[in-house]
Amino acid sequence: MEWETVIGLEIHAQLNTVSKIFSGAPTAYGAEPNRQACPVDLGMPGVLPVLNQGAVERAVMLGLAINAEITPRSVFARKNYFYPDLPKGYQISQFELPIVGLGHLDIELEDGTIKRVGVTRAHLEEDAGKSLHEGFEAMTGIDLNRAGTPLIEIVSEPELRSAKEAVAYMKKMHSLVRYLDICDGNMQEGSFRCDANVSIRPKGQTEFGTRAELKNLNSFRFVERAINFEVERQIDLIEGGGSVVQETRLYDPDRDETRSMRSKEEANDYRYFPDPDLLPLVVDSAFIDAVREKLPELPDAKRERFAEQYGLSDYDAGVLTAVREMGDFYEVVAAGCDAPKLAANWVMGEFSAAMNRSEVELADAPVNAEGLAGLLARIQDDTISGKIAKEVFEAMWNGEGDADAVIEAKGLKQITDTSAIDTIIDDVMANNPQQLEQYRGGKDKLFGFFVGQVMKATQGKANPAQVNERLKAKLDG
Amino acid sequence: MAQETLSGWVRKLQAREISSRELTQLYLDRIERLDPQLNSFITVTAEQALAQADAADARLAKGEATPLLGVPVAQKDIFCTEGVRTSCGSRMLDPFVSPYSATVVERMNAAGAVMLGKTNMDEFAMGSSNETSFYGPVRNPWDTERVPGGSSGGSAAAVGARLVPGATGTDTGGSIREPAAFCGITGLKPTYGRVSRYGMIAFASSLDQGGPMAATAEDCGRMLNAMAGFDERDSTSVERPEEDFTAGLEQDLKGLRIGLPTEFFGEAGLDERVRGVIDAAIEVLKGRGAEIREVSLPNSHLSVPAYYVIAPAECSSNLARFDGVRYGHRCENPEDLMDLYTRSRGEGFGDEVKRRIMVGTYVLSAGYYDAYYLKAQKVRRIIADDFRRAFDEVDLVLGPTTPELPFALGAKADPVSMYLSDTYTIAANLAGLPAMSLPAGEIDGLPVGLQLIGNYFDEARLLGVAHQYQQETDWHARVPAAFA
Repeated sequence: MEWETVIGLEIHAQLNTVSKIFSGAPTAYGAEPNRQACPVDLGMPGVLPVLNQGAVERAVMLGLAINAEITPRSVFARKNYFYPDLPKGYQISQFELPIVGLGHLDIELEDGTIKRVGVTRAHLEEDAGKSLHEGFEAMTGIDLNRAGTPLIEIVSEPELRSAKEAVAYMKKMHSLVRYLDICDGNMQEGSFRCDANVSIRPKGQTEFGTRAELKNLNSFRFVERAINFEVERQIDLIEGGGSVVQETRLYDPDRDETRSMRSKEEANDYRYFPDPDLLPLVVDSAFIDAVREKLPELPDAKRERFAEQYGLSDYDAGVLTAVREMGDFYEVVAAGCDAPKLAANWVMGEFSAAMNRSEVELADAPVNAEGLAGLLARIQDDTISGKIAKEVFEAMWNGEGDADAVIEAKGLKQITDTSAIDTIIDDVMANNPQQLEQYRGGKDKLFGFFVGQVMKATQGKANPAQVNERLKAKLDG
Repeated sequence: MAQETLSGWVRKLQAREISSRELTQLYLDRIERLDPQLNSFITVTAEQALAQADAADARLAKGEATPLLGVPVAQKDIFCTEGVRTSCGSRMLDPFVSPYSATVVERMNAAGAVMLGKTNMDEFAMGSSNETSFYGPVRNPWDTERVPGGSSGGSAAAVGARLVPGATGTDTGGSIREPAAFCGITGLKPTYGRVSRYGMIAFASSLDQGGPMAATAEDCGRMLNAMAGFDERDSTSVERPEEDFTAGLEQDLKGLRIGLPTEFFGEAGLDERVRGVIDAAIEVLKGRGAEIREVSLPNSHLSVPAYYVIAPAECSSNLARFDGVRYGHRCENPEDLMDLYTRSRGEGFGDEVKRRIMVGTYVLSAGYYDAYYLKAQKVRRIIADDFRRAFDEVDLVLGPTTPELPFALGAKADPVSMYLSDTYTIAANLAGLPAMSLPAGEIDGLPVGLQLIGNYFDEARLLGVAHQYQQETDWHARVPAAFA
């Protein structure tokens, strides 16, 4: 039988506010355990939550970016369950009335077609703390630094049909939240993670199959592998005469498999009810308009503009706009060297390769946009050739100075003096009489040999176009 | 000296007729001597109080005049007090020393009050008799075989016996007014949102409201001036211009429209003798120019059932934080997480608290939420609507505070009969209205309370009416013989 995969994603993005969603404690990552938790975060008796407006702004920003309805009056609710790293015994979240309603996000599939994925809702909530299992003999340590960190949970419609589509959607959302600068997108630190609801059904069937929820997937690779494993598991199960049970499963990256955490029967009854400590959240049109003013240019719009303004292919424009900082970087380089296509080739080629090799992020790269533009300008004005430029770039990357300094120090300036080139050509011809004879006898292929000899004699500094032209004239003359 | 009121002490302190240290020492001595009969204090903070008194004396010497400068008060042990045990009447918080102070405590400290200690209360404010406290029951100063009411029974008994001139209380379903009535004192539950709940340990967040308990309406007004005010740390706190709650005390009652809800005077278990006291009080108010009208609160019989869905629902969630993980009681040698939870909570909470947590958990559960919680919230709305209509016709509503006289310790073993003690007080909490109780008579040597319910933010008017009544009567000035 042919099966169809049905996937819905719940993405949890940590909002990059300075303080927590319901307290004034800082949200910075990596502090000593429990040093960034105030009485509110610790769930002390008598404390009360006060909503951080910065979190609301960020949620509205996301809502506008995915063309969603912003709920004029949304409600915070308590999700009740016991866990040691949940200090109050409930999580403040939104249940029936989330701040962001129905919206959508367009993703590009492998064949280049665009698919519109529905976003059911997005709601604000607080994160829990962390349970630490290492270093405590037969006990568990609790770190509440993360408790109260603002999250937005973005729930997609079950419209994704493969692991690849799920990854494309997640990557697009990742790019979006970073564009909006509402989330640092750091997946290793858990700032951006997702749960995947996965089910299968016979192709053509409209009803959904029973789903399993895969928890806490914190890399694109894990999302793809976990879903693929889960789909295979479900197909094997059903084709073997069994049936899928509704349950929560955990992906184990070491074994590349998913394992059952708890079944529907064991699931918590969260006893949601409106939090009486918080008034309904009213967002009026003036607030929404003010947030709209702050919206940056979004990825899809920027990609279109890049293609048009810089004459780039749609593909190149897509690569350069996937990450906001990369797009900004490119624009500085393109403007600085006045050669948009050359800039695109270098940013995506030489420069990205160097970043990958050195395993650095854009912000930490030893060559900045102005530096790269300076190098490319020297190609444009014929000071150096593209080939020499790679050598210069290498030196710049190693901290040997800017393009002009490296060119000067290494004496890499291109030889463009025709008489100087002629002299060298004459020498080469004189030193290789045998090849000259063969060439003139009709062995055209030897032209390349002469070019090579001239370039070798000039350590690559001769202007290649001039060398070609002068050689042709002299050899044929 | 037992006759002097909080307002009287403020004047004497300002006139430098007595120092705050002397006054504080006087009351500390009374507590030491007399409280063993009452058990109204859980913690007495003598040393700290004397230090606060000395600071107040220094400020008095400089001619400062903050509203409560140098006056001894007590805090109900539901208000967090930095560096002092804050038990909420529970074994669960017996070892808990708060790392911060409630807004009410901070505000009263800023007003110059001297805290003598923390008063006894029903465990987590759940009770109407003060018998559920982990620290043992409080006794009524008018008859120590009887209950002082609850949950603010410690504050009421302490003020009633004049162990302190004024104390704070909290009122979720009548917890200021019922004990005030039982102990012969004046107590005010302000409009929901008037007094910050920050640092007041939550029982039912949408109903809880702190307020003053003292001998007279004037005292309550002075205390409320210090307690009330917008607090950005409490999202349900209401931002309004500052108000002087003693400003309307001298307002006469001519033309004042007082409504008597027929439902408060029906058969619903109202003691005839209590009714007689209320009737007499009505005559006094009439004599001062008030007009009396009948009004109807047709849904008031739904108050108690709606309350006993909403309050337990919120408490089941509010008390989830007491899990033995971070503070408070923790069982010995837990075997695993479930054992830590079940034993810590099983040992830490008393029966009434457990009963309400279970009821609350049930009414919020999937499949029952709509039938109970949602329905109760709808009932709450129609009860508030009843009042809204009544206040179109009258300025305030009057009736008994409680259906009965203070009852004997142990007399109400059945929880439902206990819950019915709050039958007249709960509606004001559900609607969020200000309401107060003031002493209006005596039967067999036991005080009877009169309840006034006002429109939203109309505390000044309530206090004014009570003050006018207290100009013509002396019930508020009576002190039980054993404590005179």
